[in-house]
Amino acid sequence: MERIENISIETESPSIPAGAGATCTPCSVPTGNLLPLLHEIRHALNSWLDDGSIHVIDLGSIPMAPHEETQLLETLGQGEIQATLSALGNSEVIETGIAGVWLVTHHNEEGVLVGRFIEICHIPEILKSQTEDARFALQALDNLLATAEIEK
Amino acid sequence: MKKDQTLGESLREQGVSRRSFLKFCAATASMMALPPSMIPVIAATLEKARRPSVIWLSFQECTGCTESITRSSSATIEDLIFNAISLDYHHTLQAASGDAAEAAREAAMEENHGKYVLVVDGSIPTGNPGYSTIAGISNIDMLKETAAGAAAIVAVGSCAAFGGIPKANPNPTGAVSVSDLITDKPIINVPGCPPIPAVITGVLVQFLTFGLPELDDLGRPAAFYGKSIHDRCYRRPFYDRGQFAETFDDEGAKKGWCLFKLGCKGPTTYNACATTKWNDGTSFPIEAGHPCLGCSEPDFWDAGSFYKALSTPTESLGKAATYAVGAGLLAGAAIGAVNRGRKQAAAKRHQKVTIDDLEKES
Repeated sequence: MERIENISIETESPSIPAGAGATCTPCSVPTGNLLPLLHEIRHALNSWLDDGSIHVIDLGSIPMAPHEETQLLETLGQGEIQATLSALGNSEVIETGIAGVWLVTHHNEEGVLVGRFIEICHIPEILKSQTEDARFALQALDNLLATAEIEK
Repeated sequence: MKKDQTLGESLREQGVSRRSFLKFCAATASMMALPPSMIPVIAATLEKARRPSVIWLSFQECTGCTESITRSSSATIEDLIFNAISLDYHHTLQAASGDAAEAAREAAMEENHGKYVLVVDGSIPTGNPGYSTIAGISNIDMLKETAAGAAAIVAVGSCAAFGGIPKANPNPTGAVSVSDLITDKPIINVPGCPPIPAVITGVLVQFLTFGLPELDDLGRPAAFYGKSIHDRCYRRPFYDRGQFAETFDDEGAKKGWCLFKLGCKGPTTYNACATTKWNDGTSFPIEAGHPCLGCSEPDFWDAGSFYKALSTPTESLGKAATYAVGAGLLAGAAIGAVNRGRKQAAAKRHQKVTIDDLEKES
């Protein structure tokens, strides 16, 4: 008997989200959300330059066909910064080709996508060193200096 | 962990960095369909929240709801939040049993009177109390006694929320939901058979952050049950284009078309399966090729066939009624025999058994 994973099934699923694990071919049914989204980014960038107001867009809340998401990423392009965070799973923070527009993608420890955001700001909050962590780090460093034998 | 710790302190003690916490808050806001501007609010409030005392009572249930929340395949921040609460009584999970377990429940009730969260899974029998007792206490007595000092009640699973399978016809135990018995406390229904683990945790986070969440007319949090499965289904465009699978193995099924004609209850079922999904976001029943059963809706077990399209009258019931008027129970038996015969004949001809064959057998 043929094994189930060897049976080729062509689906026409229009928008199986990333990480879904199903075999699908990209569907050409557009949602029409791409252009309004790009305009929202443009307005947010303008506001940030005007008055410094930070804007965050949750891409998970905007239905998009796979080809539209690809088009969005292609339109925004790749900028100068790419950072990877290891915090309960990997997160990627990249500045897009449009300076001030960041793409933040969170995965859990199993690599499943748990959130994707566009942030318009100097630097996304999650990249900054956190004061609370620094307080604990200071304590840890003090303990180290008190106990460690370091050559003078 | 200390009793008076905040959630933030408790998480930090477990080695969770603030970046990880911010990431959790971002993912939670996205899951609850909250605007991203709420992420800092969630982080600030949740971090300062005192660890709530939680008493979890299990009545007429299969333990599927507890399995759902505890069987995550990996340690996630949801687990950490679950660990960060003070779970003072859960007779499936706690080491203590008998009198010692009941003493723990009574101590938690006394110490946190008016402040603890009561989680209930399972329905409550109102018939003979002997149908379900814990430490010799009937379910109904234990529920009333524990609910009296609770700040709020979370009815987890369709049994606690709506009566579920124990309440299905003919409901031999006289099973009822929590809200049928308790009317003077805020009750948050988190139905599903079982509910999605992230939704159980999400409701807890929402309660700790913003207090009682906005509920729909069935007492379910709007953030998770505000949209139908159909609204968020990735197969929805096929429905809109009129492309349906007619059987489980036709071309439509293979191409992933809409399962409406195979009985999918997605249009009348409100839950987050289509977006949050199951097994760490891997899939949900429709993605696996099976229609939604509507398990987060009241009386889903008695709501007609799982395999009849919503707009189609239940053929088997109609036929059975016609025959019953004419010839009583004998006709029902005859239909069953004829259908079994048809099924056997189909098997002999190597024809595939259809849903109709299965429907008619009874």
